Amino acid sequence: MTIEAKYGVPTVAVHTDKFDRVVGSVAATNGMAGLRQVFVPQPVMGKSPRELRAYVDGMNPLTGRPVMQEVIEGLTQPFADGDLGPVEFDRATPRLVEPDTEENLRRLFLERNWTDTLPIVLPTEERVTAMLAATRRKPDEVVGRMRPTHFREAWEYTVEKVAVNAVMAGARPEYFPVILALAATGVSARGSTTSSMAAMVVVNGRIRHDIGMNAGTGAMAPYNHANATIGRAYGLLSQNLQGGSVPGLTYMGSQGNNYAYNSVTFAENEERSPWEPFHVQHGFRLTDSAVSVFTGCRATAFTLGLREKHWREHVRNLLRGLDPHIPPTLLLDPITARQFIDRGGFTRKEALIDWLYDTARMPAGEYWDYQLVQNYIYPRATFGEEPWASKLKAAPDELISMFRREDIHVVIVGGETNGYWRIMGCTYQKTVSVDEWR
Amino acid sequence: MGNLITVLDPVGFAPKVTRKTLAPRLPTLEDQTVYLVDCRFDDSDVFFKQMQAWFAEHLPGVRTVLKPISSVYLNDDPATWEEIKARGHAAIVGVGH
Repeated sequence: MTIEAKYGVPTVAVHTDKFDRVVGSVAATNGMAGLRQVFVPQPVMGKSPRELRAYVDGMNPLTGRPVMQEVIEGLTQPFADGDLGPVEFDRATPRLVEPDTEENLRRLFLERNWTDTLPIVLPTEERVTAMLAATRRKPDEVVGRMRPTHFREAWEYTVEKVAVNAVMAGARPEYFPVILALAATGVSARGSTTSSMAAMVVVNGRIRHDIGMNAGTGAMAPYNHANATIGRAYGLLSQNLQGGSVPGLTYMGSQGNNYAYNSVTFAENEERSPWEPFHVQHGFRLTDSAVSVFTGCRATAFTLGLREKHWREHVRNLLRGLDPHIPPTLLLDPITARQFIDRGGFTRKEALIDWLYDTARMPAGEYWDYQLVQNYIYPRATFGEEPWASKLKAAPDELISMFRREDIHVVIVGGETNGYWRIMGCTYQKTVSVDEWR
Repeated sequence: MGNLITVLDPVGFAPKVTRKTLAPRLPTLEDQTVYLVDCRFDDSDVFFKQMQAWFAEHLPGVRTVLKPISSVYLNDDPATWEEIKARGHAAIVGVGH
């Protein structure tokens, strides 16, 4: 789009056919409804040169016309007046929904894709007002902007809009500062990526106790109201405040992800952790309340404890099971955290992360052949970006680091019913203050 | 009909959309340079090599340049766009999936 509109070069964009609604919508909302788009079959990935030549020689599966004829016409045929879309259009959002019965409103919210398809609490004025009373911030204050993917325009939202979604999720007013802080991150829990990622939320500080969050037994399971509804609110506010999360249009996750129902939301078990809390590692004081957001949650590896003889190999095997594009965050039961100290002497969390960084290695040839590494890392390496440029110089059999050290994290959660622990493949985004939203 | 309820709309505020100007189309591709811009995603380079071969066979008067973007598709690439603007006449960008 940039090269066409900003640089004035006639352009045709080629996409696979599964993305016709998405790219049409993205072009229109970027003011380029007339952008010339041609479609070939999905997938391109993994196809042989002969198969892809057949795509080029073949038909657009959506129009039934020859692909190359459409490409050439797209570069040479002038636009008709009707091709370009409206000069401008405004998508005003009303404050209120037209009054209706409870049954009809529930149906309407479902039909408009405003829910996660589970029953919601209808956001009446009374309920929203009660939610707003839990913050000193004004209802019309802008909290942030969010979008489901890099190519879409960011939508804006106010404190009141966040409160509406918090009510819908069933959250209690005392949870609202955490939910506002999540909204203020601007990080969507409903990314539209084909990879079906979900978010993860870690809450630290006094607020955990103030609102009764669970950091112990079953913290990541559906047994705590605050954990459950804060996470659900984060998902609902993401989809509604960013302008939607609709399969085939604003959500393209091929398989989907059950983690997205409440964005793996829990409190860190600071009291039973042998190390400093996560938010303190990221610049907050122990007495501060903060919430941290991770994205890209898809892969989970797990095991029980750390065996005396081969614990190093077992951890290495877990790390090697992750896709190297998505780094590891260890979710350790306090039992296992102490085992890492007993077995490896990691009295500081930083020492454990150093060891994880050194342990997560694989032959360079295997690393560079991962599809996601090819898509997202290899291009950056070829243009000199470190540390990947140096890795690119390694011989195929040379062991190289799978991850950057700064992308590896450790969080303590669990009730010590046993030493089970897991690795979540995910990307840390940011930690923000909850106190500022009280 | 049951009691009517008033509820708040949960949707955020969309930015206003203003139409952008699209580039004038070329009268012909003959003797023109067309950049095939590889977004470096899911084997799009293999696809564009095949498209380049198609041009060589069917429209030999069209010069094609296979150009991978400078980084990943998530990043803007002004250096590549400037090159195409200076040396090319049209672009085919892909493959978006």
